Amino acid sequence: MSRLKLTVNDKPYDLDVPESRTLAQLLRLDLGLTGTKIGCEEAECGICTVLVDGVPVDSCMYPAFKAQGAEILTIEGLKQNGDLHPLQKAFIDHGAVQCGFCTPGLIMTSYALLKDKSDPSDHDIKVALKDTLCRCTGYVSVINAIHSAASDLRGEGAHPWKRVNTVEPLNAVGQPVPAQEVVAKVTGAAMFADDYAFEGMLYARTLRAGYPHARILSIDTSKAKALPGVRAVLTHEDVPGENIHGLVYSDWPVLAADKVRYMGDPVAIVAADTADIAAEALALIEVEYEPLPVVADPEYANTPEAPRVHEEWEGGNLLKHIKVRHGDVEQGFAEADVIIENEYRTPTIEHAFMEPECAIGVPAGYDDEHKKLTIYVGSQIPYDDRRQASRALNLPEDQIRVRGTLIGGGFGGKEDIAGQIHVGMLTMATGRPVKMLYTRQESLLFHPKRHATIIRIKTGAKRDGTLVAVQAELYGDGGAYASLSDKVMTRATTHATGPYVLPNARIDCYVMYTNNPPSGAFRGFGVTQSAFAVEQNIDLVAEAIGMDPLEFRRKNAQKVGVTTATGQLLRESVGLLETIDHINQDMRGGNAEGFQWGWREGNKAYGWGVASAYKNTGLGGGANDAAAAEVEIFEDSIAEVRTSSADMGQGLSIVLAQVAAEELGMPVERVRVLLSDTDLTPDGGPTTASRQTYVSGNAARHAAATMRDALRSVAAERLSVPPSELRFEDGCIRYNGSGVEIGQVAQWMREQGQDAKVRFQYVAPKTQPLGTGGDMHFAFSYATQAALVEVDLETGAVKVIKVIAANDVGRAINPRMLEGQVEGGITMGMGNCLTEEFIVEDGVPWSTLLARYKMPSIKHTPEIVSRMVEHPTADGPFGAKGVGEIVSINTMPAIANGIYHATGVRIFSVPVDQDALLRAIKAGQTEVHTTWHDVK
Amino acid sequence: MSLWNHYYTPSSIDDALALLAQYEGRARVIAGGTDLLLDIRQGHTAPPEALIDVTRIQGFSDIRQEGDTLHLGAGVTHTQIVHSDPITARATCLVESCGVVGGPQVRNVGTLGGNVAHALPAGDGTTSLVALDADAEIVQQGERRWVPIREMYLGPGVSLLDSTRDLLLGFRFALAGKGEASAFKRIMRPQGVALPILGCAVWMKVDDAGERIEDVRICIGPVDRVPTRADAVEAALRGTLIAPDSFEHAVVVARESLHPRTSKFRATAEYRVEMVETLLRRVLPLAAQRARTGEAVPEGVGLE
Repeated sequence: MSRLKLTVNDKPYDLDVPESRTLAQLLRLDLGLTGTKIGCEEAECGICTVLVDGVPVDSCMYPAFKAQGAEILTIEGLKQNGDLHPLQKAFIDHGAVQCGFCTPGLIMTSYALLKDKSDPSDHDIKVALKDTLCRCTGYVSVINAIHSAASDLRGEGAHPWKRVNTVEPLNAVGQPVPAQEVVAKVTGAAMFADDYAFEGMLYARTLRAGYPHARILSIDTSKAKALPGVRAVLTHEDVPGENIHGLVYSDWPVLAADKVRYMGDPVAIVAADTADIAAEALALIEVEYEPLPVVADPEYANTPEAPRVHEEWEGGNLLKHIKVRHGDVEQGFAEADVIIENEYRTPTIEHAFMEPECAIGVPAGYDDEHKKLTIYVGSQIPYDDRRQASRALNLPEDQIRVRGTLIGGGFGGKEDIAGQIHVGMLTMATGRPVKMLYTRQESLLFHPKRHATIIRIKTGAKRDGTLVAVQAELYGDGGAYASLSDKVMTRATTHATGPYVLPNARIDCYVMYTNNPPSGAFRGFGVTQSAFAVEQNIDLVAEAIGMDPLEFRRKNAQKVGVTTATGQLLRESVGLLETIDHINQDMRGGNAEGFQWGWREGNKAYGWGVASAYKNTGLGGGANDAAAAEVEIFEDSIAEVRTSSADMGQGLSIVLAQVAAEELGMPVERVRVLLSDTDLTPDGGPTTASRQTYVSGNAARHAAATMRDALRSVAAERLSVPPSELRFEDGCIRYNGSGVEIGQVAQWMREQGQDAKVRFQYVAPKTQPLGTGGDMHFAFSYATQAALVEVDLETGAVKVIKVIAANDVGRAINPRMLEGQVEGGITMGMGNCLTEEFIVEDGVPWSTLLARYKMPSIKHTPEIVSRMVEHPTADGPFGAKGVGEIVSINTMPAIANGIYHATGVRIFSVPVDQDALLRAIKAGQTEVHTTWHDVK
Repeated sequence: MSLWNHYYTPSSIDDALALLAQYEGRARVIAGGTDLLLDIRQGHTAPPEALIDVTRIQGFSDIRQEGDTLHLGAGVTHTQIVHSDPITARATCLVESCGVVGGPQVRNVGTLGGNVAHALPAGDGTTSLVALDADAEIVQQGERRWVPIREMYLGPGVSLLDSTRDLLLGFRFALAGKGEASAFKRIMRPQGVALPILGCAVWMKVDDAGERIEDVRICIGPVDRVPTRADAVEAALRGTLIAPDSFEHAVVVARESLHPRTSKFRATAEYRVEMVETLLRRVLPLAAQRARTGEAVPEGVGLE
């Protein structure tokens, strides 16, 4: 074996390593430089970018020995004399860091750019970062950060962050403070699951079905077990407890036993000394299958002749029939002057979080820190992981500890069990730590996705512009397992009225089991899909009665006092009208008269499109929506907030810190937040449904307030000052020109035998199940967006030039993180509309590679104008309600409506197919019902 | 299950050939590796025992001008081509095609030689090499020779070269002289694989007066299993006036003579026919203008 000599971050190395290493593996495994992340191993995502002799390369596809003699620069090498590089500072200051997983790649690519160009244009930045993906930020903040760093490096000073307009901030709430882990994220020090390593750790891989639907006749693992270096090969027979998991319905085997129901179903798991050996072992496992007919289509699934995906499920392939009944639709349509009826289709969409799933099991008794079986994972629901692991591993819950690592993006895709139970099994079987890292390709194959839907919707209105009735039928492709299908498609159904007053509604949704990949939670949670249909039909109705699209929405908009189609009286915090007003103002100066929705210039057609939306905050539907948080004050006057809620980049930890700091009168830097550790942090519930700012935010707020009261009474007694004269400021309790640090007061509490610690469980206002009337949700967020699109009349290519977004978020707790949500949400919505589709053919995914799944890159970044509407909700922390989803929902219909105004062609199926669009334009057709998956 | 076990960086052609011979079919040539490693990872190519990296062979990373002929080593990266002054000025289409392949990270490593050896019928660099009427220098079964670029392609993904045995050494083509110029554009879709729906490279020579097209070479792909010249369209243009009517006539001829097919999840045949027209309308006038003025500023490099 030859030696590898190279220099990394100015340090020379002479290494004896396998010649089969890639540069990324060398850096991570041999040199421990885990700041370089691996996102795809396809040279697609660019987040593994490092510089080789000054030139950026994808280190995951770069043989290490190709770098013989070279100088390598990684994210760890950017800091100079302990100071952050201007790029690192600028990424923090401009909010260009969310989950942080892609951050090292973005920064290294930007570093290479600034080496060559000291004052890059937007165009230069887009060229340089074209293939360095980020799923969270939407790139606007990244572009701003690079300009700022360039200016800083030129000696002209960094640019300040451009503040979005919000109501007057308080001491901590409303301030754009940077997120907690952000320095670690820009320096490469941040630890995601795959960055952990333990002495003696084994590497695990999963054997997957290989058939979309097949009976398992036999599994023979003997050859795999005999392979040197293999430590365990486990199948369904080895599941210690119940071989089942599932968030809402328990229908998903930990390891397939009698049959496989989709291509990603796990059949066997292997732990070995190296990942290569584990992969080799997979190939030696012999599984005999009897292929079964495949249920590939949700409408077919609902027919009597369709084979059953789950024989034992009493509903056949029908997972759930969801109904909304409100008023009398026949009567409503009888009153209508205009009725528009159409069928819309949305495809399966992949989360494509930049960090593939990874879980590590550490055996009980491994060391002092691991007294019980410990599972490290970046998960959105740690307590549910523990519950499900307990059941499958046959261990009491208190014998399992789930420790959340940083999460490289989630968007709903890290709620279901991935490898958590499997590493538990392998750890218990081998007595050694076991890491299960999914490859990108495995992640694509395995995890639940956004539901593909078919939505037939009929909308009626009177000539005067009053909506009178909506009738809709939705089919949701739930895939092989239930996951969160029930809840997701319920949201699609209840939101299928759009955010409008509708006296009569009849909506039926059929959620079907099929042999496609399971569908589950994904930002927007079903509303993304129904909004695509609703908002285009709304435009069509407006057109048919000759009314301006914004005016039509304004006339029918939900407002306080309205009762929704599920029977909920809206009592507060309905900011839809203001969002419409903002769009009206920013898009056309408030003047509808003479406004051109569409026009042509040369070979380009331009069009504006608008769409409104609403989205519930919280679980709703009668679920007990609670979160607990602990606040503890330490002697050094640091407050710690602890809750098991996930920060997947959206900025929850800083939101909790701000809320607690506000209540405690402390500087936010002195509040640290510990998340997602089932031994150390109380249950915050699932990080889903845009609920955590509201629910865990409230828990942290109330815990902090209770803590403050306790500190006040102890201080009052010790200092003999009436409680009413004590003020909480800057981490001190002040009185009569004097003061005492709260750490001191906490010390006094302890001396008195009291804990300087408060736990508070917040329970959100009670909600009602669908169909029972009353409040199905405790809050809704509202939004309106306008999109300006350009269509190339010679190619059909669609480009989004500008998006204006107005979001009613209740209260902006952290405007910088909020901006990131808005920009990232819009970009994700653009992806839904224009680029993304996970194609499955007869149960077999075609989209097996990131190279076959395009999501928006920096080159797609439009100009984004963001407006905040802050209609406070009474029970939300400082009035805040959910923002994670509402920001993304109406982009897709806004673009589709824009395309219609530009070209006269209505898009009924996404993503928009330029091929079909151009052919329609040339042929003078006004509808496109196909998309690129129909190009065969 | 390593993707490869041994990695060699020979410094001479003889050493590279000797290593290939030594491994008797179990070693493969690698340049940038951006295609090959992906193929191995995806199981399209069996993991070889050894990779023979040719990019450190003497001269393989050189761009060399000899009179009016340009020589490109097989290890020259897309980035090197994009930054080359003589290619920018006198083989502009190659800069325009190499400038849209992948992103900077891929262009910094991926080579034009690898692109050709991979034998994609619509490889962007290939389309331009065909229009430039380039030759490739190869060692095939021990014999070193020059072949016209199109002979490198036997079918989609099938190269004349056996990369467990043969070597691609480099390319040569004539740089544009007076009255000559080239241009390249392509059509992409924002979904699915990053392969062009259609690419079009045009090399053109105009007369001294700058009024007529004296000669033209057009490569549009993919319309066939291997890169092809649009002979009928070229013939229709030779000797005609540089005028919209001539280009429109070329479009009509293209519609009659070129028959692109539907490719699954990429483009319908009908759309491709439209794109042939769109591309000709965009590239022909651009090439003509460059040939007339002698000035060529590459378009779309890095970002289409």
